[in-house]
Amino acid sequence: MNETKRLCDIEVGENAVVERLTIHGSMRRRMLDIGLCDGTVVECVGRSPMGDPSAYLIRGAVIAIRDCDSRGVIVRGI
Amino acid sequence: MGLTAKSTGSGVLSSDIRVEKGSPDDKVIVIAGNPNVGKSTVFNGLTGLHQHTGNWPGKTVSIAQGTCKGREFSYVLVDVPGTYSLLAHSVEEEVARNFICFGSPDAAVVVCDATCLERSLNLALQVMEICPKTLICVNLLDEAKRKNIHIDLGKLEKCLGVPVVGTSAHKKSSLKKITDKLDELCGGKITPEPRRLHYIKPIEQAVSIVEPVLKKHLGNVISARWLALRIIDNDSSLAEESERFFGKNPNDIAEVSEAVERAKSLLAENDITSDCLKDRIVSCILLNAEEVCGECECCEGCQNAFSRADRILTSRFLGYPIMLLMLLMIFWITIVGANYPSELLSTALFWLGDRLGELMTLLNAPEWLNGLLVDGAYRVLAWVVAVMLPPMAIFFPLFTLLEDLGYLPRVAYNLDKPFCKCKACGKQSLTMCMGFGCNAAGIVGCRIIDSRRERLIAMLTNVFVPCNGRFPMILTIISLFFVGGAIGFAGSLLSAAALTGVIILGIAMTFLVSKILSATILRGEPSSFTLELPPFRKPQFGKILVRSLLDRTIFVLGRAAAVAAPAGLAIWLLANVTIGDTTLLNCITGFLDPFGRFIGMDGVIVTAFLLGLPANEIVIPLIVMTYMQQGSLAEIAPAQMLELFTANGWTPVTAICVIIFTLMHFPCSTSLLTIKKEAGGWKWAALAFVIPTVCGIIICAVIANAARLFC
Repeated sequence: MNETKRLCDIEVGENAVVERLTIHGSMRRRMLDIGLCDGTVVECVGRSPMGDPSAYLIRGAVIAIRDCDSRGVIVRGI
Repeated sequence: MGLTAKSTGSGVLSSDIRVEKGSPDDKVIVIAGNPNVGKSTVFNGLTGLHQHTGNWPGKTVSIAQGTCKGREFSYVLVDVPGTYSLLAHSVEEEVARNFICFGSPDAAVVVCDATCLERSLNLALQVMEICPKTLICVNLLDEAKRKNIHIDLGKLEKCLGVPVVGTSAHKKSSLKKITDKLDELCGGKITPEPRRLHYIKPIEQAVSIVEPVLKKHLGNVISARWLALRIIDNDSSLAEESERFFGKNPNDIAEVSEAVERAKSLLAENDITSDCLKDRIVSCILLNAEEVCGECECCEGCQNAFSRADRILTSRFLGYPIMLLMLLMIFWITIVGANYPSELLSTALFWLGDRLGELMTLLNAPEWLNGLLVDGAYRVLAWVVAVMLPPMAIFFPLFTLLEDLGYLPRVAYNLDKPFCKCKACGKQSLTMCMGFGCNAAGIVGCRIIDSRRERLIAMLTNVFVPCNGRFPMILTIISLFFVGGAIGFAGSLLSAAALTGVIILGIAMTFLVSKILSATILRGEPSSFTLELPPFRKPQFGKILVRSLLDRTIFVLGRAAAVAAPAGLAIWLLANVTIGDTTLLNCITGFLDPFGRFIGMDGVIVTAFLLGLPANEIVIPLIVMTYMQQGSLAEIAPAQMLELFTANGWTPVTAICVIIFTLMHFPCSTSLLTIKKEAGGWKWAALAFVIPTVCGIIICAVIANAARLFC
């Protein structure tokens, strides 16, 4: 079994599965809204010029998320 | 941007939901969908309206309505802002949800993105939960086909239990299917049996405790099952809204709140805390969407991904230079393209002005009438049309092309980090882009920012982006004073570079003021940020050109006639009414002169800025008019204008100060009203007035006095 890590730590081109969300409140809802819940497959597809935010492919859409927010998403590499 | 009279000016002020039916038999249809799935295109295609469309999420910020006719019924279509779900967080999501729930629509159309069906279904399933009469419109089928995504519409219809149609919104013929189905749906020929969302057992049990109680007290107006779940989930904003709708807050009914308590303790027994409840609900909906999608979609190619173009446009080394080049190029094309028509218009209009003058003499019109109408109203109007219109008419289609293509979200993505450093939101760059078109539109656009603090920052700083009324003004002064010598290619490139410099100064001020604001009156930490980067789409060249050219011309002409002509009259009157031995105008400009000199300008310029409050377009014509009262000029060609300005004591330092003050002064009256409405209070409008004005005064004073010291 692969190790768990934070979503912000996966490399560009890497795929991962969401294990759990450790954030609360409105950000948690926002993550759920864009389709990030347990079991969702995520791919990091790029980083912005200053390294933050990064772009992720989530359920067929590319969505930019700041590192400080994606830190609260625990994933497992595939 | 392709602004219309509706999307700018005072039109942006009205956003209250009031459905206007042509006759009582009209059916009200709400059009919902994820952001950026072509909802506005579908809406426009059906209604023939020209709601502005663009390739970025959150384009529709307020509710638009229009009518269309099916074979059997007439429909009033209501276009609500795009949302990902109805578990509302942001203002726009709340607007959409409230209308679907409490606007009593006869049916709902959910526009889905065929290239990203699963996520679209997430919203569709939620809408179906509230409004059983739902029609699913799978849009962008052509785009999906190109990506080798095939969707079995028949199977989808079976899975969802509601009618499904497939469309490619740019092809108008495919939209007829929507009205046909709506006819059947509203006429009762189809009885939809929407797929019921089954939640996990404890949640279902909790709902079954509250649902019958709600039904008993509120009747069967809206889905009690749905409302029950929201109340158990502590959705306070929904409770408030239902209080407005039902006349009572469901939580205030003893029996309901008692049932909710029982439901909550039942959930607690099953280890479902309030935070966890939301997760369970959402993942349940997502799983349903996944399941439906798995059955109906067959995807051979890859889905939306980051393209190679994306990698270049957002790359570490090229990201920013490309943005800068893009801006420079747009300005250059604008300048080169506007030159010739501007000259032609100016010659023609002033020739016509002379003929009008002659006609007046021929008709034996009194001197004052001639002065009032021809020298006053007509000249200012002609100036606005000749000098301001051509650059606007070129800049906006170009900008709209970039927008349609989908470049703007990339800009927001690139610029998020610096905004985050200023404790603001990256989406602020989208509202700034809208500000290029019209600051009032940009301020309304701030609704896409979720956090109130960040939204206020974006509103208060929006004016640092020169809108269409100010940017031709800056351009005029640049070309008069700084590139007058250089002509041809070099000259236009130099003008474009100078203009880009001014814009960059405006952007720098935006960052600075945002930072200061978030350290003082709007203190706080940056909130979360998620932004969808939609795939690039081929812009609809022809449509953009025609629409933005037409809209722009009509809008500018209308506004010029409404504001420039009366202002011209006012100036003429002021210049011809005398108190003692000086004119009223001289009194005012004389009074403001010392202050004007202090900030590197003069009394006339300051007066013009003040009189330009309703519309910045008229500031330069007012300056010219005022100077002309003292001298006399028949025609205003660039050379003569330079002569006129120099004769009135303008130096390059004056020009710089005027440019800076143009960039940084109080927003126009429409923008101020918009801020008052959007931010909720005159306090914010006053701040929006003071902040840029103080910035402008300080910078101009420093420049002017430094120049005096060293020269």
